[in-house]
Amino acid sequence: MTQDVWILGISMTKFGKHRDKDSVDLASEAALAAFGDAGVGINDIDVLAAGSLMAGTSAFGQQLQKQIGQTGIPVYNVANACATGATALRTVIMAIKAGEADLGLAVGVEKLSGAGLLGPVNRRKESDTWAPDGRFGALATLDGRVGTDSMPGVFAQIGLEYGHRYGGADFELFARISEKNHAHSTLNPLAAYSKRFTLEEIMNDVMIAYPNTRPMCSANCDGAAAAVVVSDSKLRTLSLEQRRRAVKISASVLTSDPWREGCQVLPDVNTLTRQAATRAYEQAGIGPEDLDLVELHDCFATAELVHYDNLMLCPEGGAVDFFNSGATWRDGKTPVNVSGGLESKGHPIAATGIANVWEICHHLRGEAGDRQIEGARVGLAHVIGLGSACGVHVLEKAAA
Amino acid sequence: MADRVPLVDYLVLSDDPHLVAHECERCGARFFDRRNACASCGATNFHQVDIPRKGTLLTYTIVSTAGPGIQVPFVAAVVDCGGTTVRGNLVNVQPDPGQVRTGMEVRLTTVSVGTDGAGVEAVGYGFEPA
Repeated sequence: MTQDVWILGISMTKFGKHRDKDSVDLASEAALAAFGDAGVGINDIDVLAAGSLMAGTSAFGQQLQKQIGQTGIPVYNVANACATGATALRTVIMAIKAGEADLGLAVGVEKLSGAGLLGPVNRRKESDTWAPDGRFGALATLDGRVGTDSMPGVFAQIGLEYGHRYGGADFELFARISEKNHAHSTLNPLAAYSKRFTLEEIMNDVMIAYPNTRPMCSANCDGAAAAVVVSDSKLRTLSLEQRRRAVKISASVLTSDPWREGCQVLPDVNTLTRQAATRAYEQAGIGPEDLDLVELHDCFATAELVHYDNLMLCPEGGAVDFFNSGATWRDGKTPVNVSGGLESKGHPIAATGIANVWEICHHLRGEAGDRQIEGARVGLAHVIGLGSACGVHVLEKAAA
Repeated sequence: MADRVPLVDYLVLSDDPHLVAHECERCGARFFDRRNACASCGATNFHQVDIPRKGTLLTYTIVSTAGPGIQVPFVAAVVDCGGTTVRGNLVNVQPDPGQVRTGMEVRLTTVSVGTDGAGVEAVGYGFEPA
């Protein structure tokens, strides 16, 4: 039986535009704030895991060390698409569970303001003579000629596929999910955007990929998040105040997508999320009905709907009714994305999988101010990186 | 040199244009790309199978904003062709949510992609309402 692992300190920077700060500045700010929150310093840390998809280096963690402390500890530079932050966190958790470290630091950061539409970069040059290229022997770029590679388009199809299977998921329903998250963001001072939109404003905004309009897409922005993770045995040696604010990591799961017919044609984000959730509930010894709040990966409004079902917050096929019941608003049965979610809080990719854990911890510690979910004791944080990787963490308030 | 060439190597340009897939000889999983092994069971032997030209629209999106060089709007679709999932654009239909619905019957058609400097035409595929 491996020992419990806890979040000792955690922080996120303001998400938004940080013109005067680079990735290392933002990551340093988050890491130093996490140290302050934890009551430890860089000399206490045994292991570092760091992720940044856009920093343009394969040794980002070492760049961070050069600003906050080169102590000779092992550094794991991780990349796992939009699940990069969760992967960094999980890497540190594994090192502690393996008994190789007592204290670890996980950091994720991205500079993404103004990045525009995200998708595969088209490096192909159209030549004067047709020549087959790549795994399909393609003569030209397939994006736009044989379906779409754009993220808003891929996730639009994922949402409408759910609607095809179970019914009831139309443009207005998806827009109302976005309306909820933008409304939630008005209480979050660290969100990139905290403006409430009417349903009409959302539906009449620029169409990106039907049914996702611009406010229904995750907001590209700059930001970082960092967490200090501690072993149970080490935590017992720390102060009462540190133990009182520590948040238990009741489950930490990472999955990839198991093969299903069609999964290489349209990514199957459902099966791996359902498998991750199943394992997480088993590990934590709780069920979805025990959750006081959920931060899930609403990279698009169409994605949030399917994850209600994948995380088993509702009966299979029941996500539309579940949303329509009001359950996922902050005053509902299972508040989802009270931070504003990726659509409004923002989505600095590698930071997201730690920032959503920060949001949960903030509520479990009773420190979430105006947006506090009263009496929150258990929360779940979910991310998915297309390709695919799914991270699920279940967090519980300290008993002390 | 042929005067018409397929946009992708899983499109067969015959009198009866159709798609082909690599089918795993052990588990029957189907793939459209060049294979190293089967992602479902790990086996390494495949044979080629023809994919039915008719299918049902499983899902779609109408892409209105895209990267440079991609003409919008277009309808990106996923089609169930007799149990095999296929990706392609929906063509010969207005890119309007009122004109497209999941569950509709569609069939494969060919689409000209352009002609290169040597006068060779590249031909792609799409699906149109059946």
